[in-house]
Amino acid sequence: MDLFEYQGKQYFARFGIPVSPGDVAETPDEVVAVASRLGYPVVVKAQVQVGGRGKAGGVKLAADEGEARAHGEAIIGMDIKGHTVHRVWVEHASDIAKEYYASFTLDRGAKAHLAMVSSRGGVEIEQVAAEDPTAIARLHVDPYIGFSEAQARQLVEEADLDPEARAGAAEVLVKLYRCFVEGDADLVEVNPLILTPHGQVHALDAKVTLDDSAAFRHPEWEEFAGVTELDERERLAKSYGLQYVGLDGFVGIIANGAGLAMSTCDVVNQVGGSPANFLDIGGGASAEVMARALEVISSDASVRAIFVNIFGGITRGEEVANGIVTALGRVDIKVPMVIRLDGTNAEEGRKILRSVESETVITAPTMMGAARKAVELAGGK
Amino acid sequence: MSIFVDRRTKVVVHGLTGGQARFHGLRNRDYGTKVVAGVNPAKGGQEVEGIPVYANAALAREATGANASFISVPPKAAPSSILEAAAAGMEVIVCITEGIPAQDEARVYSELRHDYPGSRLIGPNCPGVITPGECNIGITAGEIALGGGPVGIVSRSGTLTYQALYELKQMGIGVTTCVGIGGDPVPGTSFVDCLAAFQADPETKAVMMIGEIGGTGEEEAAAFISEHVDKPVVSYIAGVTAPPGRRMGHAGAIISGNKGTAQAKMQALAEAGVKVASNPTEAGELMAEVVRSL
Repeated sequence: MDLFEYQGKQYFARFGIPVSPGDVAETPDEVVAVASRLGYPVVVKAQVQVGGRGKAGGVKLAADEGEARAHGEAIIGMDIKGHTVHRVWVEHASDIAKEYYASFTLDRGAKAHLAMVSSRGGVEIEQVAAEDPTAIARLHVDPYIGFSEAQARQLVEEADLDPEARAGAAEVLVKLYRCFVEGDADLVEVNPLILTPHGQVHALDAKVTLDDSAAFRHPEWEEFAGVTELDERERLAKSYGLQYVGLDGFVGIIANGAGLAMSTCDVVNQVGGSPANFLDIGGGASAEVMARALEVISSDASVRAIFVNIFGGITRGEEVANGIVTALGRVDIKVPMVIRLDGTNAEEGRKILRSVESETVITAPTMMGAARKAVELAGGK
Repeated sequence: MSIFVDRRTKVVVHGLTGGQARFHGLRNRDYGTKVVAGVNPAKGGQEVEGIPVYANAALAREATGANASFISVPPKAAPSSILEAAAAGMEVIVCITEGIPAQDEARVYSELRHDYPGSRLIGPNCPGVITPGECNIGITAGEIALGGGPVGIVSRSGTLTYQALYELKQMGIGVTTCVGIGGDPVPGTSFVDCLAAFQADPETKAVMMIGEIGGTGEEEAAAFISEHVDKPVVSYIAGVTAPPGRRMGHAGAIISGNKGTAQAKMQALAEAGVKVASNPTEAGELMAEVVRSL
């Protein structure tokens, strides 16, 4: 789950990472109210999960109430690369002496945490990495051993941060690592991490990606739920606990296992179709889960045929078949459906399916054959 | 021959007394796997269909000589079960649990490497490992696997693993061992680990490798194959149509930046001399050609 900047800053604050005082506003009136509480000048920042909002005019400095209102009016409702701005973060403007970069993430290749610090913050770090890789100090951290203050000091020195910023930056890094590990994040990134003329180091931006798998031990994440930008189909799927990603095509896909679901999308594409979605019903899928999956797919007006591709391991064939039968009785499915069922108890499953087979509910023995049939029924080829 | 598990493997099933663990543990036993014990801290001394249950993995090992653990307990409990199995001296630990937090996974991986280098973790979030006719630990439907070699399979995806076993069986091609390494960010056993083991296994004459988008495991495998593998390798990578930045179910299957795309992985593998298929069926066909020419 990607957090918005304001949520990221609130998350940082839990771990004692210094951020500018500020608050969220959803109307120009609220912008003015927050700004007068904080004191001018303030910065009004669009809250969207896409880069380049500054260039798009989504970040503005306001010196007084008139400017704050004008920026609020301009930014709220603005479209930034297809993302509508629903809220802004208003914070007291910081005096900036220097801009740095700091992040922690998992380096999958090294199977270790990776800390990155650069004295060249405020710009896209990928750009810095491409232009001058030596401008980024990197350190692998053993997840079992953790990240020490000594490592933090070494890192800010290697990154060549200004001497007056080093102690403060090292302190922020130690807290940022705690936020990363104890906060169960996949990524914590501060860009820029600033040094003020008064020698203070604090986070001027916050990019946090939380690990959804850890939600069970973070009841406080509840407050972040519901603000992620999802389309209608994704919202419905999520409420059912399904792994769903909306795509642009016209063949609805239901498969068990992420790999098979991806492969099913690929195969539909290869035979001239185009997948409308990725939907993994996962292991142990019950009749209930299948019915919900069909409901989600059926809610998508662009779907012209459905391809159900199940290979049984943990999901048993008769469960899948019963799910389909139940779903067909419950959900009004207007488009043709091709079912390919194989694996554990597939025979039992196929027997059950025979009762619902018709001109529009078809079974096919192979994945490629089923894909071709589904695309053909969708009128794609 | 085979890799990681064979007829000498004796398995302890964690949580054998209920739920998924019981279902799959008993299925593994029915397949012929030597399931010698179960573990449940509250139910030591009981039995499940004739299989003795012990309070912990160490007691189970001591009493039965078990050398492998099968873990399918919920994500909250899985990290400590893995470490319990390692501390008990299990050589192979298969964990199929899906949804273990990435931070736990990274820490457990590192802890195993530091403190229990003799234990191999397969998974988590994987279908398990099967040496057909000898040992099946996990959720693979044993009847879809034909044994005897000459193909070794390593896969990141569960259902695509079954698909591969199935396609090969349809053509009468057997496998030595099939390892599902799982789709999580920090798998205990990597493609490279499996390729090295298959290269060293005299019965394995060719390797089927099934990857997917995200991470760098396939690229590392390509580099390893160029240097160290002279057996033919056939590969299939899922996720060609996946949009960047979207998580495709598996925690690992996400494309960030230009890294981890199916195209990049396929290219790296092709450059390493791997035969790269564009769908699972074609992978089976390419492997059939390879096997015919052995």
